[in-house]
Amino acid sequence: MIEFKLPSLGADMDEGKLLEWKVSPGDTVKKGQVVAIVDTSKAAVDVEIWCDGVVQELLVQPGETVPVGTVLATLTAPGEAAGAAPVRPEAMPRRPITPAARKRAKELGVDLDAVAATGPGGAVTIEDVERASDIVSPPEAPPQGKAAEMRKAIAAAMSRSKREIPHYYLSEPVPMRCASAWLAKANEGRPITTRLLMAALQLKAVARALKRFPEMNGFFRDGAFQPAAAAHIGVAISLRQGGLIAPAIHDVGDKSLEQLMRDLTDLVKRARAGSLRSSEMSDPTITVTNLGEQGVAAVYGVIYPPQVALVGFGRISERPWAENGVVTVMPVVTASLAADHRVSDGHRGALFLAELRDLMQQPESL
Amino acid sequence: MEEQELRAVVVATLKSIAPEVDESDLRPDRPLRNQVDLDSMDWLNFLIGLHEKLKVEIPEADYARLVTLGDVLDYLKAKLK
Repeated sequence: MIEFKLPSLGADMDEGKLLEWKVSPGDTVKKGQVVAIVDTSKAAVDVEIWCDGVVQELLVQPGETVPVGTVLATLTAPGEAAGAAPVRPEAMPRRPITPAARKRAKELGVDLDAVAATGPGGAVTIEDVERASDIVSPPEAPPQGKAAEMRKAIAAAMSRSKREIPHYYLSEPVPMRCASAWLAKANEGRPITTRLLMAALQLKAVARALKRFPEMNGFFRDGAFQPAAAAHIGVAISLRQGGLIAPAIHDVGDKSLEQLMRDLTDLVKRARAGSLRSSEMSDPTITVTNLGEQGVAAVYGVIYPPQVALVGFGRISERPWAENGVVTVMPVVTASLAADHRVSDGHRGALFLAELRDLMQQPESL
Repeated sequence: MEEQELRAVVVATLKSIAPEVDESDLRPDRPLRNQVDLDSMDWLNFLIGLHEKLKVEIPEADYARLVTLGDVLDYLKAKLK
C-alpha cells in the first residue's frame, strides 16, 4: 500500500486546499501524472503522483484544507492485489482556471466545463464565470484576500530565509556586446514566434556555471548541504495581480536555447494563468531573478529556502568601459549572487560569477 | 483597416497580455511598456499577437521604433497599406 501525501510545494507552504481530484478509486496512474489540483497561497497547482500504482481510496475531499504531509489517498503498487476497478473515461485535458474563478464558480454553481475562457493562455477568469452565470459581480473581496494570503506566504518564506541563512552578496559587471550581437543575428532570420530573449541565454549560462560550482545548486536540509544532480532553475515571475512565484524549468543545462525559450514562454503563461505543476513548485535548485526590465541597475535577492543561492540580473545599459587602454561604450549588465555562507565562501562565489561572465562572452557555446 | 478598428485590435491584444489595462488610461504619447508594465516576454507575446491577428511581419530590428501606443499604431498602419 502506498500513501500519497500532500507534498510541500515550496518553503512558504504549510497547508493546501484540495480543489479537485483528477482520478477515482480503481484508476491506474503513472509516475508524473496529475492526480489532483491543490490551491496554495500562491496558485492552484496540478499535483503529480511520484510513483506508478492503482488508486485505492481518496481520503481527502475537495474543499478540505489539510497540512503538508497529510495522506491524501492510498494506492496499491503495480502487481499488488487490487479489487475490480470501476472504468471511467479518460479525463479531458484541463484548461487553466484561476483560483478566484474556481472559487466563484463554486459559489455560483457554475459548471466550469461550460464556461468560455477569455483569459491569458486560455484561462477561465472570474469574469468568464460571472458572465456564464449572468450574475453581476459583487465587490472584489476574494482577489484581495488571495493577494494578502500570498503576501503572507512570501513574508514567511523570506523571513525564514533572512533568519536562517547567512547570506553573502557579490556582483560583477558583465559586458554584453557579444551576447547582444549574437542574439540580434540569431533572431534576424527567425519568425517572431521562435525568437529568443536574452533571458534564455542568461538561464543557460547560469546552468553551465553551476556545473563547475555545484555548491550553489541544491538544498540545505537537516544541517547539511545536499547538492542537486541537475540544474532546475526557479524563474522569478511577477504576477500581474501582484506577488511573485518562482517555478522551475527542469534540466536547464541539457536544453538548447530554443527549447529553453519554449519552456520559459510556457512557464510564464501557465504561472500567470494559474496552471503550474507540483514538480515545478517543489524542484527549483536555485533561483534566477531579473529586475532589469523594471529599470534597476542590480538586484540583491533573498535566497528561497532550502535553496542555497540566487542569481540576479539588472538592466542592460550602455556604460563607459575601459578595454585595452581605451575607453569605449559597452552594453553591460550587473550579475549578482546571493549565496549561503554555510555552504560556500565568497571566494567560490566570486569564481562562479567570473565563470558566468566568461560564458556570456561565448554565446555561441551556450 | 480603419484606424478605430486597428486600435481596437491593438488594445484587445494588449489586454490579452495585461487584462487589468484600462483603455481610457492609455496615453498614446507615453512609452507603452512603462505604462502597462510589460517585460520583454510580455512585449514579445504582444507583438506575436499582433503578428498573428494582422498578418504583419515585425522584424526585431523595428522594435526600437515601437515605443508608444501611437508608434505602434502608425507602424501597423504603414504595414497594412
